Amino acid sequence: MHKGTIAKKLFYAFVTIMIVLVFNYILFRVLPGDPLAMMMRNPKATPEMIEGIKHFYGLDQPWHIQFFTYFKNMFAGDFGTSFVFKAPVIQVVAGRILPTVLLVGLAEIIAILVGIVIGVLAAWKRGTRLDVGTLGFSLITYSVPTFWLGMIMIVIFCVGLHLFPTSGMFTPGKSFISTGAMLHDLVKHMVLPVLTMSLVLIGEYALTMRNTLIDVLSEDYITTARAKGFRERYVLTKHALPNAMLPMITIIAINFGFIVAGAIQVETIFSWPGLGRLMYEALSARDYPLLQGIFLLVTVCVIVANVLADITYAYIDPRVKN
Amino acid sequence: MALLEVKHLKTYFDTLKGQYKAVDDVNFDLEYGEALGLVGESGCGKTTCALSIARLLPKEGKIYGGKILLEGTDMVQLSDDQIREKRWKDVSIVFQGAMNALNPVMKVGDQIAEAIMLHEKIKKEDALRRTERLFELVEMPADRIRNYPHEFSGGMKQRAMIAMALACNPKIIIGDEPTTALDVMVQAQILNLLEKLRRELNMGLILITHDLSILGETCDKIAVMYAGKIVEIGMVEDIFERTAHPYTKRLISCFPNISKDKVIPAGIEGIPQNMLEPQPGCSFYPRCHLATDLCKTEVPTSIEVGKKHFSACHRASEVLNGR
Repeated sequence: MHKGTIAKKLFYAFVTIMIVLVFNYILFRVLPGDPLAMMMRNPKATPEMIEGIKHFYGLDQPWHIQFFTYFKNMFAGDFGTSFVFKAPVIQVVAGRILPTVLLVGLAEIIAILVGIVIGVLAAWKRGTRLDVGTLGFSLITYSVPTFWLGMIMIVIFCVGLHLFPTSGMFTPGKSFISTGAMLHDLVKHMVLPVLTMSLVLIGEYALTMRNTLIDVLSEDYITTARAKGFRERYVLTKHALPNAMLPMITIIAINFGFIVAGAIQVETIFSWPGLGRLMYEALSARDYPLLQGIFLLVTVCVIVANVLADITYAYIDPRVKN
Repeated sequence: MALLEVKHLKTYFDTLKGQYKAVDDVNFDLEYGEALGLVGESGCGKTTCALSIARLLPKEGKIYGGKILLEGTDMVQLSDDQIREKRWKDVSIVFQGAMNALNPVMKVGDQIAEAIMLHEKIKKEDALRRTERLFELVEMPADRIRNYPHEFSGGMKQRAMIAMALACNPKIIIGDEPTTALDVMVQAQILNLLEKLRRELNMGLILITHDLSILGETCDKIAVMYAGKIVEIGMVEDIFERTAHPYTKRLISCFPNISKDKVIPAGIEGIPQNMLEPQPGCSFYPRCHLATDLCKTEVPTSIEVGKKHFSACHRASEVLNGR
């Protein structure tokens, strides 16, 4: 891909982020609910106290002043102060990134690998029992609501079998004698959320992979490859898969953004201290600055993932290069 | 010994609705350097017939009987491994390259070289060098082997496809509608190229098409297929000048004659029979203007109406005499 093309893509990405910033601001202000009502639960609060708090967060300013202040601060790297945590948004968000990356990253990698393998096998052995079985599995996991699956997991593995802890990232209040012990505790806490999240994703990847591969296998160039005398395995790996992977790249990239946000359900159910749960908390409290900060991060993730997908595409599909 | 002898070939498809007799008792042969045109309507079994030779049938299709003797070896009896060795080395196929017969994410030269490497166990550089020579043979610049299919025009893709078919010096090339979807000028170039190459390289050529008009100049022999059977086969002159089957006659009258008054060709009324519920008697009788009661009950056998000229019609001699 040309340097110019990449620069152009980056420019468009920047423009998109700018537009999202504006949306981001408007969206939360048109939402029903008042941040002050959430902060001032105390019925004895005097009007002076409420005014003071309004002034402290700049909520007494006219909307356009608030808007420009928001933009100006954003460029200065100041994302405001969280209403709930009484700390800079950037600090609150930063503390939650690692747990989410750990959870989502691992779930995504597992889902991609397992999904592709299931999809390829199903397409290759189309119409056999293996195909029907995996198809059923994929359809079920794809359609199951994440929160329901999470609760069922807890019922079976925590309440029933006592195999894994129900919530959190580490056992609360426990001090670890070694890094190994700490990792062991982390892994035990991670199994269920990661499993839940990847199960939901596997179905989608497997179905997409199966359908694309079946389409590709019926293409004329596959018959050509067979006519040349190649074995089925070679035809599959050398001719069919490189073509079938193209739509997968797009889906993986699009999903990348969504699963950061999609972690809301899994993180809330398993009390995982990540971005998803933070978003849920911020939303419940109408914590504007925090919500804006998280939304901005998610947006940037989606856009960056798409730019990366575009660039990857150019390397694996010669038709895109020009 | 003939290069290829197809004897009583029966290829059926087992579908959920029943058995589909796509190729039913087909006989023909092909000499070195000879070109045979296989013509008929869509769905009459021409492609299935050709794919049977390389045993490239989809998994629902199966050869139920007959022999396909290639230089005396029966292709029907070979194991999967043996047939894979024969593919491309003995029989290669030119698909509709203008469409999608080349892998879009692989360089054209690599796609040709991989076939050479598979069958002749030579190094990639040598295979690529030979690919360049093949490109020159089909009148394309040698450096274009490094291009991807989307960088070619329809005609160039088809030339590349022919170069690919020639890669392992096959004994037979099957062209499965190689010029469909190409414009008339390019169509003529491609056909001339195939014609020239099969003479120079002394290969057998089987040309499948639904367009009878292009076969006259390109082929030595023509086989007309209808509903899974060859209804008439003979040398080109015999088919055109001494037509002995009503279906062939109607096919020929289907293309307009530019030297005469402008008339829209008649076409053939009716549709081909439902191959899942074959009727007794001749499969063409519902559409035939010469049908008699005999045609409704008895399947006509192929009779010799001239030297190497066969017709499967009860009234072949009358058709031959101009009815």
